[in-house]
Amino acid sequence: MNFDFSDDQKSLQDETHRFLRDRCDLSVARIVLDDQKQAYSESVWQEMVELGWAGIAIPEQYGGIGLGYLELCVMAEEMGRFLAPVPFSSTLYLFCEALLNGASETLKQEILPPVATGKLVGTMAFAEGFGFPGRDRIGVRFEGGKLYGDKWPVADAMIADAAVVLAVNEDNKPCLCFLDLDQEPVHRRQLESVDPSRGQGGLEFFGAEAESLTAFEGGSDNSGWQLFQRVLNSAAVLFAFEQIGGADACLAAATEFARERYAFGRPVGSFQAIKHKLADVYVGNQLARSNAYYGAWALATGAEELPLAASVARVSAIQAYEYAASENVQVHGGMGFTWEADCHLYLRRSRSLALLIGSSGLWKKQVTRELERKFV
Amino acid sequence: MDFDDTPEEAEFRLEVRSWLAEQASAYSLKSFDDLSFEQQLSLGREFQARKAERGYAKITWTQELGGMGGTPMQAVIYEQEEEKYNFPTVFFAISLGMPIPVMRRFATEAQQQRYLKPALRGEEVWCQLFSEPSAGSDLGGIRLKAVRDGDDWVLNGQKIWTSYAHISDFGIIVTRTDPTVAKHKGMTFFFVDMKSPGIEVRQIKQAAGGGEFCEVFFSDVRVPDGNRLGEINAGWSVAIATLMEERFAVTDAAGGGAQLEDTMHFLRRELGEGDGGLDDPCVREKIADWYIAESGINNFYARLLTGLSQGQLPGPEAALSKIVIARKLQAQSADIMDFCGPAGAIYPDFQVSRANDYRIAWLEAAGYRIAGGTDEILKNTIAERVLGLPGDIRVDKDIPFEELK
Repeated sequence: MNFDFSDDQKSLQDETHRFLRDRCDLSVARIVLDDQKQAYSESVWQEMVELGWAGIAIPEQYGGIGLGYLELCVMAEEMGRFLAPVPFSSTLYLFCEALLNGASETLKQEILPPVATGKLVGTMAFAEGFGFPGRDRIGVRFEGGKLYGDKWPVADAMIADAAVVLAVNEDNKPCLCFLDLDQEPVHRRQLESVDPSRGQGGLEFFGAEAESLTAFEGGSDNSGWQLFQRVLNSAAVLFAFEQIGGADACLAAATEFARERYAFGRPVGSFQAIKHKLADVYVGNQLARSNAYYGAWALATGAEELPLAASVARVSAIQAYEYAASENVQVHGGMGFTWEADCHLYLRRSRSLALLIGSSGLWKKQVTRELERKFV
Repeated sequence: MDFDDTPEEAEFRLEVRSWLAEQASAYSLKSFDDLSFEQQLSLGREFQARKAERGYAKITWTQELGGMGGTPMQAVIYEQEEEKYNFPTVFFAISLGMPIPVMRRFATEAQQQRYLKPALRGEEVWCQLFSEPSAGSDLGGIRLKAVRDGDDWVLNGQKIWTSYAHISDFGIIVTRTDPTVAKHKGMTFFFVDMKSPGIEVRQIKQAAGGGEFCEVFFSDVRVPDGNRLGEINAGWSVAIATLMEERFAVTDAAGGGAQLEDTMHFLRRELGEGDGGLDDPCVREKIADWYIAESGINNFYARLLTGLSQGQLPGPEAALSKIVIARKLQAQSADIMDFCGPAGAIYPDFQVSRANDYRIAWLEAAGYRIAGGTDEILKNTIAERVLGLPGDIRVDKDIPFEELK
C-alpha cells in the first residue's frame, strides 16, 4: 500500500508552499479583491512563470517541465491554501488539459510552448448563462471554421490570450474549439462575481476564427463531448486539491482563533460547541483529502475509474470546503464577518469553486451513474 | 501512488489466504443461526486454537509468547483476509484486544505463563470490567469498592456493559480503593477470576434484541493482592494504557450494514423502473451520498495503512472512522427503509443475509454510536488530541471523590 505522494512530490509541495507564503500571502488576493480593475496579480504570475510553473505539466517536447498530474495536485493544494489570484487553474487544469488530450500535433507544437513560457494564458469557456451545458443544450455554434454565440461566465476571460470553447458543429455534435481571443470578432466583458479575487467575464463570438479539437479517441462523432467530459474530470480532481488546501487553511485559522480567544473566562476552543464543530470540519476535510487522493491516483494511472473517482473527489471537496469556510466565519464571531478578517475570502472562494465546473448536485448524478455502470 | 502490497506483504497475504481457504469449509458458515450459542462458541474455540497454532492469534507478539513475530501490517493483512469469511471469532475480540495485552504488560512473569496462551487459544475468555451505571464516558467516576483485608482485597459494587462477561473466565477490573482523594488518584487495577464466589453476571437485553452486554454484580468478592496490576491507587494509568492499547481494527466502511452493490441490486429488483426506484433522483442522490462517505473512509484507511506499512502507527485521528461509519450506517439504513415505503418497517422473508439486513443495521447503529466511545467523546478526542484545542475544564479534578455528586 503506497497511497501517498512521493518524497519528491512532497518537497515540490513544500517549495510551492514557501514561495506562496513569501510572495503571495492573502494580502495579494486582497489587492485583487479591493481593486476591481485588477483581474489577477500580474507580478506573482510572472514570478511563477519564471519558476517554470506555467509549464510544470506540459511535456518537455512542448517546452514544459514534463512533470505529471501528481505534481500538479500538490501544487494545486497550495494554490488553494493561499487563494493565489493567478490564472494557474484556467490555463493548466482546463486549457492545457483540453489541448493535451484533444489537439492535433501541429496545434500542440504551436500553442503549448508559449504557454510554458508564460506568453500565453488560456481558459476554457463552456457555460452559457444559467444552468450547466448538457449535450443538447449548447448554444454556441461552430460553422465554417468560425464561432458564433455567447459564453458566460468564463474564468479569467479578461486576461486570457486563448480559449477552448464548447460549441456544436454543423452536424449538431458537441465539439471543443481552440481560438485566439485577440481577434476582432471576440468581444469580452468583465463580470462581477461573489469571488472577485478570481476574475470572471463573458466572451461573445461574432464569427471568430477557431479550430476544432478532433484528436481525442480517434475523433468519432461523440469525441467532442467525451473530450469535454475528460477535461472536466481532470479539472475536478485538480480543483479538489485547491479546495482541500483552502479547507485546511480555514480549519487552521478557526482552530488558532479558538485557542486564543477567551470568553466566559476560558478559551472558546474549550467549549464542546466549538470543539465538536471543529472536529466535524476536521472529519470532512480528511474524507475530502482521502477522496482527492483517490482522484489523483485515478488521474495519474489512467484508471478507468476516473469518472467515478473524479466525481467523488469533487463532491467531497465542495462539501468540505464550504463547511470549513462557513464555520470559520462562525467561530470567529462578528469579527469573522468583517471585510478586514480573511474569513470571507475563503467563504467566497469556496462558493465560486463549488460552481465553476458544475455544482455538487450535477456531480452526484455522475457518482450514481458510474456506480450503476459498475454494479448493476 | 498505488494500492499494492510490497512483495513481502503480498507473500504473507498469499500464505494467509491459502491457510484461511483450508479452514473455511469447517469453520466459516454462511449463517450461524442454525447453531445454538454453545455450539457457536465451541466452534469458535476450535478455530481460535488453530489460529493460535499458526501464531495468527497475536501476530505482532514473539513466538515464545504465542505470536509469530510479525509486523502491525501483517496483522492487518491477516484481518483483511479473515474478514472475507464468516468465522466465529467475535467471542475473542475483546479478550485479545485489551485484557490480554494489559496482562502482557502488567502481570508477573508467572502469571503471563499461566494466562496468555490459554487466552490466545480461546480456551479461556477475558472480559473488561470498566463501565458502571454511573461511570460511562467518565470512567474516572467508578465506584466499585475494593477494600484491603489481609492478603486479599474485598470487592463490592457493580459493573455494566461488559461484553461477553457471561462466557468469560477472567476479567480485568478497575476499582475505587481510596475515596478520600481526587477521583483519578484513588483507583486500583486487578484481574479477577469470574468464577469467584460473590460474582453474579446478568445479560442485558439490548434495544435491538442482542444480549452480549452484561451487568456484573460483586458482593464481597475476594481477590488476592497478587492479582493487582500496577501500584495501589495507580489504576488510572493502567486503565489509560488499556484504552490506548494499539489496536488497529480493520475498517469495514459499510459498518456491517448493507453493501452498496447489493443495495442497488435490491432496489432495482424490488422497486423496478421509474419513480420511487433506482431511477428516482431522490434515491440517486442518496446513493451518491453513501458512496462518497464510504469511499472517503476506504481511502482514509488506505492512507493510514500506507503509514503503517512504512512503520508509523496511527494516531488519534483514526477515531474519525467510527464517527463516520456509525452515523452513515444509521442514515443509510433509514434511507433504504424509506425507499421501501411502509414495507420498510416489516421483516419480510427475502434474500438478504442477516449481516446485510438494513432493518437490523438501522437499530444496531443507534448502539454503535455509543459503544466503545460515543460520537461526542470521539469528537473531543479529535479536538483535543489532533487539533490541540484545550481540554475541558474539570470541575471535579481536585475534589476528594467522596465529596462529588
